[in-house]
Amino acid sequence: MTTHHRCWVYGDNVNTDMIFPGRHTYTLSVPEDIAAHALEDLDTTFAASVRPGDVIVAGWNWGCGSSREQAVTALKYAGIDVIIAASFGRIYFRNCINQGVLPIVCPELHTLVNTGDRLALDRRAGTITAQEQIFAIPPLSPTVQAILDAGGLLSLLQHRFKGDSYP
Amino acid sequence: MTGRTFAEKALARAAGVPDARAGDTLDVTPDLVFSHDNSAAIRRIFEQTGAPRILHPERVAIMLDHAVPAPTTRHAQNHAEIREWVREQAVAHFFEAGRGICHQVISEEGLVLPGETVLGADSHSTHAGWLGAFGAGVGRTEMAALWATGEIWLRVPEAIQITVTGTPPPTVTAKDISLRILGELGADGGLYTSIEFAGNTIITLPLDERATIPNMMAEAGAKNAYLPPDQVVFDYVQARQTRVFSPIYPDPDAEYAQRYEFEVSGLEPQIALPHQPDNVVPISDVAGEVVHQAFLGTCTNGRITDLRAAAEVLHGQHVQCRLIVIPASAQILQQAVQEGLISILLEAGAMIGTPGCGPCMGNHMGIPAPNEATISSANRNYWGRMGTPSAPVYLGNPYVVAASAVTGRITDPRELLA
Ligand code: SF4
Repeated sequence: MTTHHRCWVYGDNVNTDMIFPGRHTYTLSVPEDIAAHALEDLDTTFAASVRPGDVIVAGWNWGCGSSREQAVTALKYAGIDVIIAASFGRIYFRNCINQGVLPIVCPELHTLVNTGDRLALDRRAGTITAQEQIFAIPPLSPTVQAILDAGGLLSLLQHRFKGDSYP
Repeated sequence: MTGRTFAEKALARAAGVPDARAGDTLDVTPDLVFSHDNSAAIRRIFEQTGAPRILHPERVAIMLDHAVPAPTTRHAQNHAEIREWVREQAVAHFFEAGRGICHQVISEEGLVLPGETVLGADSHSTHAGWLGAFGAGVGRTEMAALWATGEIWLRVPEAIQITVTGTPPPTVTAKDISLRILGELGADGGLYTSIEFAGNTIITLPLDERATIPNMMAEAGAKNAYLPPDQVVFDYVQARQTRVFSPIYPDPDAEYAQRYEFEVSGLEPQIALPHQPDNVVPISDVAGEVVHQAFLGTCTNGRITDLRAAAEVLHGQHVQCRLIVIPASAQILQQAVQEGLISILLEAGAMIGTPGCGPCMGNHMGIPAPNEATISSANRNYWGRMGTPSAPVYLGNPYVVAASAVTGRITDPRELLA
């Protein structure tokens, strides 16, 4: 099934302090409050105008820096469930998986699209279509895919401790 | 059969399998997991998992370090929730506010040993590589999963070998070596990799100074970083250890994705310019820039060798700008008192803070005003990192921080020590 998404496009080495400032990490815990500060030091328009289903398209090393999970959850609470980047900070990549947010590694896309452009995503076929070009989504390892399919690590654990065999 | 890297061997051991190669995904049982002020948030995730209790409380460490003593009611409440959780779950290794920074404390307490695997809910968990351990950072949900099940998936990383040779000149330290490497590799030059060090330089550095190197490799995106442990390391851990350990070394014919060589004999002190730790220049390019505040501390450079360096520069001097000194642990503070270093620093006009992270990530104890510049011994200088967007942060070694405090400008310490 193909879904269509509006893009927010950012550059290289956007760190977790930019995505969710450290000064809020121990003071905010309500999802809406966390979402309201998403990307505030990088793009003051984002939190006010983002809509559910929008995607982030970024350059190299998106989410480098601290291990704070709010840098993923702030975007998730803002309605983002797919992040496409040339590459990801490694803990950020893991945090995405664990939060059920799909991280897609695509080195070229950020040079092709601008904020406000649209792209098409076919999760089943594993493709992204943008500016009339098609990009393959790299497959994930079965362990990682199982966490995403469960909706994140927390849901996977919930199934495990309820005694369900997932799915 | 080609040889194995440190990461391949260490993760095979932690997963209880005979062999592993880069790219394998393993279920790993770490020897220790730790978290800090984020433990209350991890507790809230844990409580949603349905797990009855922490499976191996004897392998869990929690320390209060990121905002200590609590600067606000909310921080205090956060600490209170963590203390309650520690009691309820009988967490074996709990360290109160003031004991020190997580990475330093697990080292001092003998909770991380050569060859072991340690996962922390903190991005600088690469630090544990200073003792020849595999240390990596994980997110909060992963820490909750580790509490619940004792294990986690890890992908065995590809490895990079960095050979450092030569003898750094006086006032040039492990910090400068780290910054130089970061400048060369870039912020993603070590992404997803195990950075494994070799060469004759590291063993000549004072032991506590070595820790700076794997700590800072987090800034190159590394999963872990490793210094081969020598007799000095064994002497350090044997005085503290509670478990047997066996050190792990990479095979001479291990496969490295990349190899780099750094000769550091002629190295000058290095500075990371705002707002990226890999934005590195020699100090001569930036000397003279005005700073309003100098900060000596953090898990990167808050150890006794660092305080001695600062005292050497500050002896008989007086600071022209605010100088905040925060030892990385209570033990270090105590030693600094005994050595008379704290007196020297106070006489020079420094203020001394409670061991912990201090203003490193902008919680408290030295937040700069807008547009005020800080020279800091920390590992990270992102935009807004110290709590104020628009307040630029420069990173340098402890000699540089102290010398810059004396003049109120970024200063080559060799000018003051000459
Ligand atoms: S001192 Fe700074 S870098 Fe180190 S653990 Fe604390 S906040 Fe993190």
